[in-house]
Amino acid sequence: MHKALKKYFPVFVLPTLIAFTFAFLLPFIVGIYLSFCDFTTIIDAEFVGLKNYSRMLQHGDFIQALKFTGAFTVLAVISVNVFAFILALGLTKGIKGTNLYRSVFFMPNLIGGIVLGYIWKMIIDGVLLTKGMTIVSDPKYGFWGLVILMNWQMIGYMMIIYITGIQNVSPDLLEAAEIDGTTRFQAIRKIVMPMMMPSFTICLFLTLTNSFKLFDQNLALTAGAPGRKTQMLALDIYNTFYGRPGWEGVGQAKAVVFFLLLGVVALIQLRATRSKEVEN
Amino acid sequence: MKFKKVIALSLVSLMAVGLFAGCGSKKEEGDDKGSVYYLNFKPEVSKQWETIAKEYEDETGVKVKVSTAASGQYETTLKSEIAKKEPPTLFQINGPIGYKTWSAYCMDLKDTDFYKNLSDPSLAVTDGDGVYGIPYVVEGFGIIYNDAIMQQYFALADKAVSIGSADEIQDFDTLKAVAEDMTKHKEELGIDGVFSSTSFSPGEDWRWQTHLANVPIFYEYKDNDTNDMDKIEFSYNKEYKNLFDLYLNNSTVEPGLVGSKTVNDSMAEFALGKSAMVQNGNWGWGQVTETDGYVVKAEDVKFMPLYTGTDDDKDQGLCLGTENYFCVNEKASDADKQATLDFMNWLVTSEKGKKFMIEDMGFIMPFSTFDSSEQPEDPLAQQIAAALQDDSKTVVNWVFTTFPSQTFKDDFGASLLEYAQGNKEWDAVVSDMTASWASEKEAIAD
Repeated sequence: MHKALKKYFPVFVLPTLIAFTFAFLLPFIVGIYLSFCDFTTIIDAEFVGLKNYSRMLQHGDFIQALKFTGAFTVLAVISVNVFAFILALGLTKGIKGTNLYRSVFFMPNLIGGIVLGYIWKMIIDGVLLTKGMTIVSDPKYGFWGLVILMNWQMIGYMMIIYITGIQNVSPDLLEAAEIDGTTRFQAIRKIVMPMMMPSFTICLFLTLTNSFKLFDQNLALTAGAPGRKTQMLALDIYNTFYGRPGWEGVGQAKAVVFFLLLGVVALIQLRATRSKEVEN
Repeated sequence: MKFKKVIALSLVSLMAVGLFAGCGSKKEEGDDKGSVYYLNFKPEVSKQWETIAKEYEDETGVKVKVSTAASGQYETTLKSEIAKKEPPTLFQINGPIGYKTWSAYCMDLKDTDFYKNLSDPSLAVTDGDGVYGIPYVVEGFGIIYNDAIMQQYFALADKAVSIGSADEIQDFDTLKAVAEDMTKHKEELGIDGVFSSTSFSPGEDWRWQTHLANVPIFYEYKDNDTNDMDKIEFSYNKEYKNLFDLYLNNSTVEPGLVGSKTVNDSMAEFALGKSAMVQNGNWGWGQVTETDGYVVKAEDVKFMPLYTGTDDDKDQGLCLGTENYFCVNEKASDADKQATLDFMNWLVTSEKGKKFMIEDMGFIMPFSTFDSSEQPEDPLAQQIAAALQDDSKTVVNWVFTTFPSQTFKDDFGASLLEYAQGNKEWDAVVSDMTASWASEKEAIAD
């Protein structure tokens, strides 16, 4: 069996490998090359060295977007995971209608980002209307709107992952702990949480990366208004690319920096939580 | 075993082929004739273009493909389409700034019949000796008003102005007096506000950051005797503010809520008779008639220039120009280029093509092959056509095609929104605008 697998390995891997190379790897490499070029379309690129990167730093848009994205990511990661974990705890107790609740909480995740953005824009505008304002009256409304939206969308998904983690904790351990006289809180803190560390790794990773590269929701909710103050990194890259003739390369340079930033942050997070994982 | 292996391999190769089948579609036969691929800018006439393409194909056998970019997505779509194996042969730019982006793709059209037929050669986008963009339509904008409501107002016994009809409004002060008095009487007139809402949803602010801004910049260029500037003073900012404030304060919405309004909202309010005036161009008539239950009658819809309170108000006409220039893709094959030029020619010389452009598209065509009787039927386009002939007023040219970049327009729009919401002083709007102009002009210079 093992031998057969080895023999056919290239056959099974090849289609995916080809697709991955053409649809991901090559565009990625071309993309990095283009960040050093002046171009209108990818077929007429002209090498210009680091000009795009220096232009990027001369304009404050990127830094402004980075700050906004950073603040948003921190808040969203914390709030999504706290709420998702609490919900998961509640919904593994076997209360009546557990499955119904799980489905309902999960459902927002099935709606696309643009639609969600417009729905929440209407809701928030509706609320602010009573004060004679709209979501673009003040950047803080856009900021909190995004946080709420992100929570609404992501909590259900993370909850499902946490539920699976909680259910995988061996009942023997919990029973033994109970006999030894732990409190409910101690059991969660000292047994359940360490045992389900892999769930935390994956949930933190997903919320972190998704918050960092949020685009659709940002575009639909405020599109950066008022005055680019609620513009996140992905939207800033997009606007740079299309906002000025001759600035395509700068957008590309921003995208490369964006990739590096996200990669570093995600790797640090993975290492930090991985190291806390324990063997069963 | 061997049999299985063969099957497995063939299945895998089949899958791999299937994966890439979508990438390289084969070129159809009859290549020597060439084919045309037009990337259309105007979503509102996408169906009409497709009909034309089909008619042309039936008549000449040359394949014409038309695809339409979604509103506000033309540059995005063009950038990805033109890099493809079969790129558009015919596309459009929005003027000198658009030409900056696309210069490598624009063929010199100096020796084409299409250019020779252009009634005013100065309209074309040129670079040195070459002609790279040719306008195929003339458009105009101003304040569109519903004369039925205006007449109702002028018939009021206690109106505050002495004039008796809307044509007599010939400067900003009169417009202001009328608008403010109409606001006082809005219940009697059955309107929610004199002006339709000042739309400021994302991407919906071009009527202010581009069109209205055209007027002060036009005068500033005129004072400096130029048609482009690297730095501006925005010297007519007070005049801009005059009209902008008038819109905000006599509107169907509170100034604080403009951030949620779209151009469609504005046009719908006008179409339903809930407002008496709206700033827009001749293309707006389509939006009026598309509104369910519209009550505005074609004969009541009139244009008024954008009076801002300059000394020239009395002589000022509508803002006329174009940001629709045809360009032929320099990098297309010679056969395709020729096919494209033939198609363009057909549009302005053949009976069928002319009829399409005028009747179905409602375009005002700037070509000598059209005589003055050949004009679109929609009421706004007719007034634009008339304004083109009218020498008694000074036309305000579209100078906004020289605005530095989309980023500049977006930033100015954002500033205006903050001003409208009461979060920004006017002086800051002006200084940010001039700073942004200078830095954007510099950013695109090299």
